[in-house]
Amino acid sequence: MTTHTPNLKAVKIAGGVATNQRHDSAHKHVTGTAVYIDDMPEPAGLLHVGLGLSNVTHGTLKKVDLSAVRAAPGVVDVLTYADVPGENDVSPSGMHDDPVFAEGKVQFHGQPIFAVVARTREEARRAARLAKIEYGELPAVTSIWDLDPEKDKQVTTPLTLTRGDAAAAIAAAPRRLKGRMKLGGQDHFYLEGQVSLAVPGEDDEVLVYCSTQGPSETQHLVSHVLGVPSHAVTVEVRRMGGGFGGKETQANQCAAIAAIAAKKHGRAVKVRLDRDEDMTATGKRHDFAIDYEVGFDEEGRILGVDFMFALNAGFSADLSGPVGDRALFHCDNAYFYPAVHAKSAPLYTNTVSNTAFRGFGGPQGMVGAERVIEEVAFAVGKDPLEIRKLNFYDAIGVAGERNLTPYHQKVEDNIIHRIVAELEESVSYARRRREIAAFNANSRFVKRGIALTPVKFGISFTKTESNQAGALVHVYADGSVHMNHGGTEMGQGLHLKVAQVVAEEFQIDLDRVKITATTTAKVPNTAPTAASSGADLNGMAAQDAARQIRKRLTDFAAEKYQVPVDQVVFLPNRVRVGNQEISFDALVKQAYLNRIQLSAAGFYKTPKIHWDRSKGRGHAFYYYAYGAACSEVSIDTLTGEYVVERADILHDVGRSLNPAIDLGQIEGGFIQGMGWLTTEELWWDGKGRLRTHAPSTYKIPLASDRPKIFNVALTDWSEAYEPTIHRSKAVGEPPLPLGISVLQALSDAVASVADHKISPRLDAPATPERVLMAVERLKAQAAKA
Amino acid sequence: MTINARTTLTSFVVNGDPQEVSVTGAQTLLNVLREDLHLTGTKCGCNQGICGACTVLCDGMPIRACLALAMVVDGRDILTVEGGKTDPVLSVVQQAFVETGAVQCGFCTSGMIMSATALLMRKPSPDRQEIREELSGNLCRCTGYAKILDAVALAASRLPIQESAT
Repeated sequence: MTTHTPNLKAVKIAGGVATNQRHDSAHKHVTGTAVYIDDMPEPAGLLHVGLGLSNVTHGTLKKVDLSAVRAAPGVVDVLTYADVPGENDVSPSGMHDDPVFAEGKVQFHGQPIFAVVARTREEARRAARLAKIEYGELPAVTSIWDLDPEKDKQVTTPLTLTRGDAAAAIAAAPRRLKGRMKLGGQDHFYLEGQVSLAVPGEDDEVLVYCSTQGPSETQHLVSHVLGVPSHAVTVEVRRMGGGFGGKETQANQCAAIAAIAAKKHGRAVKVRLDRDEDMTATGKRHDFAIDYEVGFDEEGRILGVDFMFALNAGFSADLSGPVGDRALFHCDNAYFYPAVHAKSAPLYTNTVSNTAFRGFGGPQGMVGAERVIEEVAFAVGKDPLEIRKLNFYDAIGVAGERNLTPYHQKVEDNIIHRIVAELEESVSYARRRREIAAFNANSRFVKRGIALTPVKFGISFTKTESNQAGALVHVYADGSVHMNHGGTEMGQGLHLKVAQVVAEEFQIDLDRVKITATTTAKVPNTAPTAASSGADLNGMAAQDAARQIRKRLTDFAAEKYQVPVDQVVFLPNRVRVGNQEISFDALVKQAYLNRIQLSAAGFYKTPKIHWDRSKGRGHAFYYYAYGAACSEVSIDTLTGEYVVERADILHDVGRSLNPAIDLGQIEGGFIQGMGWLTTEELWWDGKGRLRTHAPSTYKIPLASDRPKIFNVALTDWSEAYEPTIHRSKAVGEPPLPLGISVLQALSDAVASVADHKISPRLDAPATPERVLMAVERLKAQAAKA
Repeated sequence: MTINARTTLTSFVVNGDPQEVSVTGAQTLLNVLREDLHLTGTKCGCNQGICGACTVLCDGMPIRACLALAMVVDGRDILTVEGGKTDPVLSVVQQAFVETGAVQCGFCTSGMIMSATALLMRKPSPDRQEIREELSGNLCRCTGYAKILDAVALAASRLPIQESAT
């Protein structure tokens, strides 16, 4: 891959920005040579861990007898909270409510109480089952549905957003309605489960290979748990087998346990969770109960809205505060509310602590917004798409008043009108709407539905300090480049995009840039790869590093050849100095011989953003990413089963760094969003046990579930309004809520059984059972009317 | 000691190479491939035969290596994702996955490729619907399957058309 001779006559480099490039690891993935943590050669004397999990949902630990566990074959040690050298806590919020091992009490079914360290994984797992634990069972809360979001226990401070007087606007509105929506959670189901391998070093040092989206956070928490400074802990990850937010904070517990055991025994220790353990003991997307009240006029224009977003935080805060915040930040989706009051309620329950998941509450907020739109549409007897368009924020360049978000940020870059108009046209929405009506009139049992929904997604961490990134770039004396940055690779092609940026800066072919594993030893204090920010932040930091080196090379060449600096021009794989051209490699060699520093650390912090949570005001997002999807479904009204017949997507990624990679993100994001809202149902039994803890019972979309016709396109005309990295836009999360179009299309199909006179209020996930129940409910209501 | 601890010498061929491994009764083929033969391209996704990440071919038929006991493959011919050099169909599928961008995180890739290879060995010119159905035993969480299906269709277009043996 890296042996070709650079073309010194090329017009363009191979692999610069804004070109289609294959994933850098694709050739390794298809031959099984890409190494994940569980594939690494195991150090001699490696020990393995099995977890002992709670068998009750809420209770005190009256007696924990681990003698049989200790006596089991192969067992080297059993760790409990008493073995934690530092703090028994991996809380990312600093609230000290996330114990590594339960101490005194357990707060959810499946909470880790102890860890068995043994010669083999099987021995560790088998021994873990021999514990004799006496619990003092306590009353447990396992669902938020019947909780009071104003009065019941919350895990952290809620957020309120207010603009105008929503109550007065609703009271004065010609039309009003209110309702409640149930919105389910989602398991990440990354194909590679949680895994960490800790290798003890000298003194207090430890190296942890961890499948984590946030190596700096993992480092910080491992040091906290071990009671050592951060400089003693190094965390490294080359790649993850999927993350989706599930390895932002949830990787830390395994890393901490591996590190504790490794330091205690002076041997390498691997923790790899079994799929059932992973799904039982690690957090998921939050399920929500959304209460809404809306005032509107006869046309369907929203005048005022009031939301309560209650979310199931689980037993600890984790990231539930910010997830609830982001739900509120997206309760407008693409719509202007003249008056709005919105509140979050991160409620405590005795379930696993819910966490980040692609969209981070944003999609939940948008589902709430789309439910309101749908309700208004049924109330005024119009197509929901008309109501959507009626309520959009003003378009970019329009000097209007309808551009202020509920958090008082002005929407300056709104291109949703054009996207929706183009998609509406390309999918022949109006014609298909008529055809579907005709089809439904003639089809007794199978009914079709269609929906076109927009997406506006805010880009930036709302935690301001997370909007920074670092990179480290070395140019070796032979002209080859080593690139490192704080972002992590989980399949999204981040390393490739950042390498393209570096190749572009130096004007060298992409294969001259070596992608290397993310490690806290090279780039410190990084943000997790989350909030869709990976390429935005790390691309900028790497560009900064490369530019520093390029400037040194430029200054060196100008001086050596006695030309002005503006006569040093980087061309593909070569540099023009005055009237002569010299290869990049030769210039680098000369620079090295003349003792020019060829390594640089780059840095970036997002400009413009600020956010005052206590006031609910600020410029929370640097910019917005936009998109729209149109889905058509057919449902069987006798069984509730359905098929997605067709989906069309038009999505904005600005000036794409790599269109091939971005299209993959959009396709995958849509399907993941569709899965969340349709077949993926998390189900806890009356005792608080998660009964859908494996792919046998938890249904993520299959190849056969994807739309029969599936067209995905980028807005080839858009570019970022702000000076982002090469005017590209983030692409990780924004496509996920495109899946809302499937939920809305199902709802449209259900509504047809009552002649579109009754709002279906279809909750999510809209499993076939739920679709069938909605069909029956509407039929009954229609019969009564 | 339980019966599971007793070892048996098992002989089989992996990617063209004869192997002889001493296995216990409960040891899975996945475990032998990864731990004993250090062929880590075959992945453990769910370890219960659902996700398909551990799919390998046993005498040309796709099996779940996480469920197959190693003893049972005695005398059989196993093909894994590492066997591209020994199997022309696998090699074509691998190349097609790279070219179409059918790979994101990569963890499902080896199983997906083996299922696709099995399909194309049995039926070199499947239609789009058959590809969808055949790959529905392999979960992918990243791609939404679009490019995976494209990859299999591309591979099929490159294979010589011949009548199926079955």
